[in-house]
Amino acid sequence: MRPLLFALLALVLIPGPFPPALAAGDDGPAYGDAIIVGSIGDASTLIPALSADTASSSINGLVYNGLVKLDKNLRLVGDLAEGWDISEDGLTITFHLRQGVTWHDGQPLTARDVMFTYRLMIDPATPTAYGEDFKQVKKAEVVDDHTFRVTYPRPFAPALISWGFPVMPAHLLEGKDITTSELARRPVGTGPYIFKEWQTGQQIVLESNPGYFEGRPYITRHVTRVIPDMATMFLELKSGGIDSMGLTPLQYLRQTDTPEFGKQFRKYKYLAFSYTYLGFNLMDPKFKDQRVRQAMAYAINKDEIIEGVLLGLGQPANGPFKPGHWAYNEKVTSHVFDPDRARKLLAEAGWKPRATEEEGCFFSACDRRKEDVTLYKEGQPFEFTIITNQGNKQREMCALIIQQRLKDIGIRIKVQTIEWAAFLKEFIDKRNFEACILGWTIPLDPDLFDVWHSSKTRPGELNFISYKNEEVDRLIDESRYTFDQAKRKAALDRIQEIFKEDVPYVFLYVPDALPVVASRFKGIEPAPAGIDYNFIKWYAPESLQKYHLTP
Amino acid sequence: MLQYVAKRLVLMIPLLLGITLVSFVVIHLAPGKPTDMATMMNPKASLEAKERLEKLYGLDKPLHVQYWNWLKRLAVLDFGRSFSPDREEVLTKIGRRLPITILLNVLSMFLIFVVSIPIGVYSATHQDSLFDRATTVFVFVGFATPTFWLALLLMILFGVNLGWLPISGLKSMDYDQMSLLGQAWDRTAHLIMPVLLSAFGGLAGMSRYMRANMLEVVRQDYITTARAKGLSERAVIYKHALRNALMPVITILGLSVPSLIGGSVIFESIFAIPGMGQLFYASVMSRDYPMVMGGLVIGAVLTLGGNLLADVGYAWADPRVREGRS
Repeated sequence: MRPLLFALLALVLIPGPFPPALAAGDDGPAYGDAIIVGSIGDASTLIPALSADTASSSINGLVYNGLVKLDKNLRLVGDLAEGWDISEDGLTITFHLRQGVTWHDGQPLTARDVMFTYRLMIDPATPTAYGEDFKQVKKAEVVDDHTFRVTYPRPFAPALISWGFPVMPAHLLEGKDITTSELARRPVGTGPYIFKEWQTGQQIVLESNPGYFEGRPYITRHVTRVIPDMATMFLELKSGGIDSMGLTPLQYLRQTDTPEFGKQFRKYKYLAFSYTYLGFNLMDPKFKDQRVRQAMAYAINKDEIIEGVLLGLGQPANGPFKPGHWAYNEKVTSHVFDPDRARKLLAEAGWKPRATEEEGCFFSACDRRKEDVTLYKEGQPFEFTIITNQGNKQREMCALIIQQRLKDIGIRIKVQTIEWAAFLKEFIDKRNFEACILGWTIPLDPDLFDVWHSSKTRPGELNFISYKNEEVDRLIDESRYTFDQAKRKAALDRIQEIFKEDVPYVFLYVPDALPVVASRFKGIEPAPAGIDYNFIKWYAPESLQKYHLTP
Repeated sequence: MLQYVAKRLVLMIPLLLGITLVSFVVIHLAPGKPTDMATMMNPKASLEAKERLEKLYGLDKPLHVQYWNWLKRLAVLDFGRSFSPDREEVLTKIGRRLPITILLNVLSMFLIFVVSIPIGVYSATHQDSLFDRATTVFVFVGFATPTFWLALLLMILFGVNLGWLPISGLKSMDYDQMSLLGQAWDRTAHLIMPVLLSAFGGLAGMSRYMRANMLEVVRQDYITTARAKGLSERAVIYKHALRNALMPVITILGLSVPSLIGGSVIFESIFAIPGMGQLFYASVMSRDYPMVMGGLVIGAVLTLGGNLLADVGYAWADPRVREGRS
């Protein structure tokens, strides 16, 4: 029904000669046109080793290539590397580079560029946040121009995906101070798009690379426009100033449901690579009892949170992985919302309403106590503070919904929001919190080491809830130091079962990513990886092209 | 006169030092470090990477050493490099954003003067008339209206519904393919809403100020004298009264000098204008010390310089000040 309707609309909309054989205004792939993408923030630096923000990485993703990448089903495939061999013992990986790949300035890409990138990443003088995976390498060698070999002291599962990091040009960066290189503002890569112009705080313009090894991208120009305000960005979208942006749930459901909007744009929806959680400081005696944590998981209604915060555009999170990913354990389900069970568990753990805890009270006091459902243990009421960072409305709303639900079972909650830098430094880093609502990006390789291993509990490290579970530690190591996918999966599956039982976090939800793209762009095929994975195959049919570029 | 200016300039030095010291201490007192932003909550960043970054930026040294090093560089006008990942010179970053900020502020200040001075004068000469009351209401509504809200309403009207004006940014996508005239119009069109809106909020203050000055001046003896001489009302108001009522404007102009380089974060975000406000806000949030200090020093110099200019300008325009009479 929908394609037909679309075809009719297109016929009504587009005047002039129209090839009758082709449907829906789509006269086939054509080169040309420009796509203008809205971005909240400007890029910081276009040297991949130095950037840590999404705005920069999305530009770098179009300008550079890694040795490997993920395909639309999130499986590892070759990018600059045509293929790779892993030695029998799993210690050595040999990458075979594609022949005939050139940098945007015409120089050929060789294994020496890969070597340079590796050396740069482990150089103490490089202020990069991404050196760790590369430091695991024991030996790296250039076998010949198109063969690069790395050896690890033990099989290291995250190794392969770490080579998806953008390869940087040795002939332009070698022997220079990378922090002051002009490539930061004028990158030279091997990717599908060539850098053209950067107007700070306004826009970054890229042009398609006609000699790209996977074929010339159809869309000739890619412009990222910086619009810091979401409301303005949405108005720009409606007025045609930009072609694509990420929508908020409210915009997706309530502000874009007009036929007018449907004609001009197509909305997409897929699970984002992140989850939001309620984490407990496990050093706090209140949360040491597993039953208490389980009780909270039963007392929180995830569906209600998703409905309230995301207007239903998301899925309950059951663990640290994204539903649909190979590491996700389908058998582990969410705790079903069950306040009675929560009360029972809390009672088992010694938390009881005061009236039953101590006998003997006078009439009025008894009445007052009957109304007071707050739970007590050893005379202390069950109350704690949930902190979250300022400026994240969704997390604040989660906290408020949780506050209400836990109040129902007798736990008093205070909610506090704190500016990001102070939040990290004064509260998270110093373990100066009881519970927090935060989110994690779901990494492409399912490595749980940094967030869950008990060795990562030093100040500043990411296991800030101080989770210590010997079995989990062992399973993490097991999943980490092997290339055997089945073995990894078994270990990770078991970890997810343990998490359900142990409730170190209450995993709340995985939100939907809600991109919208002007409907003149065809060839977009949503997949587990999202929509951007085949960007170079997107096109605007000749008759629908909006910007006619004169080179 | 020269001696006076020289003395003022010399006195500015300790004041400026004091300002930098206080600013330096305060910004370092704020929790969080610039390195936190790149490394905290990043699974791929180790503690060692963080320590290395801190060393690289010199953040491992005691605060007084850091201040001394910063001061030494400042003495040769080296504001250092920003701590943000681009590691650019502070002056380069500021320089890139200065022209558009100054342009917008000058235009909006000009608009404020052009509109509010006549309003003020007319309100004063027709005190308590309908016009006086109406404009009072109007300018105060302008003063009280949240800019971002009004901006969004105007964007919907002129940008989306009517399609007359661009919504945000500084120029259109096809700017390079336009004729010279087209380019000029494109630039102007992008400035119309921002300038109108930033001026709107400032009308109230200036027109009230002008009205009060004017009312004050027309009560003076020399105005009575002028009337007694038999001058026309027109000459009395515009020649004798207005010129004197405009005197305090010099002070306002002087005090406005630092605000010429300042921008409003909300305003710049709404219109996607890459101005100083956004830069400064972002650098405070990411604890980019050199950037923040650079901005503060320039702001302080301009404030002090503006005050000096106002005083000198006053002396130049008003013989009573110049010759020490009252």
